Amino acid sequence: MSRNGPLALCYHALFVVFMLAPIVVVCCVAFTPEGFLSFPTDRWSLRWFRAIARYPEFVSAFWRSLWLGALSSAISVAFSVPAALAIARYRFPGRQSLTALFMSPLMIPHVVLGIAFLRFFTQIGLGGTFAGLVLSHIVIVLPFALRLTLASAVGLDRAIEHAAVSLGASDWTVLKRITLPLVMPGLVSGWALAFINSFDEVTMTVFIAAPGTETLPVRMFLYIQDNIDPLVTSVSAAVIAITVLALVALDRAYGLERLLVGRGADGR
Amino acid sequence: MKSTPYLLSLPALLLFSAIVVVPLVMTVLLSFHDWGQYKGIEPVFVLKNWREVFTDSYYLEMFGRTFRIAVMVTVLAALFGAPEAYILNRMRSPWRGIFQLLILGPLLISVVARTLGWALLFGGNSGLVNKALISLGLISGPLPFMFTETGMVVALAHVLMPYMVLAVWAALQRLDPQVENAAVALGAGQFTVLRRIVLPQAMPGILSGAVIVFALAASAFATPAIIGGRRLKVASTLAYDEFLNTLNWPLGAAIAVLLLVALVLIAAGTNRLVERRYAQVFG
Repeated sequence: MSRNGPLALCYHALFVVFMLAPIVVVCCVAFTPEGFLSFPTDRWSLRWFRAIARYPEFVSAFWRSLWLGALSSAISVAFSVPAALAIARYRFPGRQSLTALFMSPLMIPHVVLGIAFLRFFTQIGLGGTFAGLVLSHIVIVLPFALRLTLASAVGLDRAIEHAAVSLGASDWTVLKRITLPLVMPGLVSGWALAFINSFDEVTMTVFIAAPGTETLPVRMFLYIQDNIDPLVTSVSAAVIAITVLALVALDRAYGLERLLVGRGADGR
Repeated sequence: MKSTPYLLSLPALLLFSAIVVVPLVMTVLLSFHDWGQYKGIEPVFVLKNWREVFTDSYYLEMFGRTFRIAVMVTVLAALFGAPEAYILNRMRSPWRGIFQLLILGPLLISVVARTLGWALLFGGNSGLVNKALISLGLISGPLPFMFTETGMVVALAHVLMPYMVLAVWAALQRLDPQVENAAVALGAGQFTVLRRIVLPQAMPGILSGAVIVFALAASAFATPAIIGGRRLKVASTLAYDEFLNTLNWPLGAAIAVLLLVALVLIAAGTNRLVERRYAQVFG
């Protein structure tokens, strides 16, 4: 394979600058000392990070987002595992439609889902509640959890399970001692990917979150709509830092390409 | 047992029927309900909202703007994302892995944070983008980016670019480098190889990436809301206004359903086109 020419590398450099510029600028502005937006500057301070602590609505929204992400991802993984086993191992009528249904939250615009959930939850009395947030987040992160559990369920060598059965293991023992440990990497990465997506979700959540149940991205969005100041950039910088840490860990553990392209779901 | 797969997928199926299918059906029904400033939502069957959405020039203009922005974003993403995927695909490790993380990683970073970055970069007349463009001599005076369609297009192209790179990359993985080498050995120039060998094989990836980017751009919410401000509306921000400010839910539901139907039709149409066009290649 031939190498990239100098022209291609120049293009590549510009492209990377374009992709990183807005993220870098948020992080830089977060470290400025002035009470207004001042960038570029050569003075740095942690003032605005310390200021976050004085805004309880950001702090409580952060913890709410963390719990919401952890809980809804765990539940969606729990729903995904049996479904992934069914889709990976059996050929049954309706298999394609079932997969399409479970993947549908990826295709339906989140604005539409937000509106649908707002109407639905208001009707059944869950409007503006944390329970409503959890239910809706389970649905929107399930495709991510399912994709990765499915990938590991497809790659699973069934001979190991047959061996366990022939050695006298019961169905339950096989599931507990063989199947679950083997799909565990997919399960954990599925949870992590689901968590990141729940933690960052804003479009759908902005419709169903009430003043007491705002998530961090929703709080940030509403704040930015009113005014942009260094405080919200320091909150954003903290969110970016958390995501980058999670991203690097996921890349090491699973491989970003595999994570995003979802290779293996179709057996390749 | 024949029923095993059904039993295994039953929990997820019940969950999805209860909190995806039912709410969506309710939203479609909602779009046919009546609404008044004082009487609220009246559960009757009227075509009022749909007539309003299809005949009022305000909504037509707003849907036109949404479509225009989505097309521009898709074209930009394809134009710039596809070559980058090709370059990335030709890199060796460890560079390939590093740049993959840098280019695809932003996909998982909060959309609000990324858009905030663009708002800071645009920042009125003295924003960094304008300073850079002026110092490069590309423009003479500052361009307005905040609260304009141009700004929305640039920010959305950035937000959605990784999807295009991913899609084209997936297609390029199937490309056998030996075919390129064979073309060179047979006397083809660089440009001919790109045009006759690489581009045709990357095309399915570009098209599937385009469908994803178009759908996400047309339904994007946070980026148009922040860059566009309160006045420059697109379909999703208008639906938001109807739901949370005007409180005319039936009209908002009609806008949302129309957006969903339009996107489904466009995606299905393009997929059929791609399948028919490339059936003989990848059949």
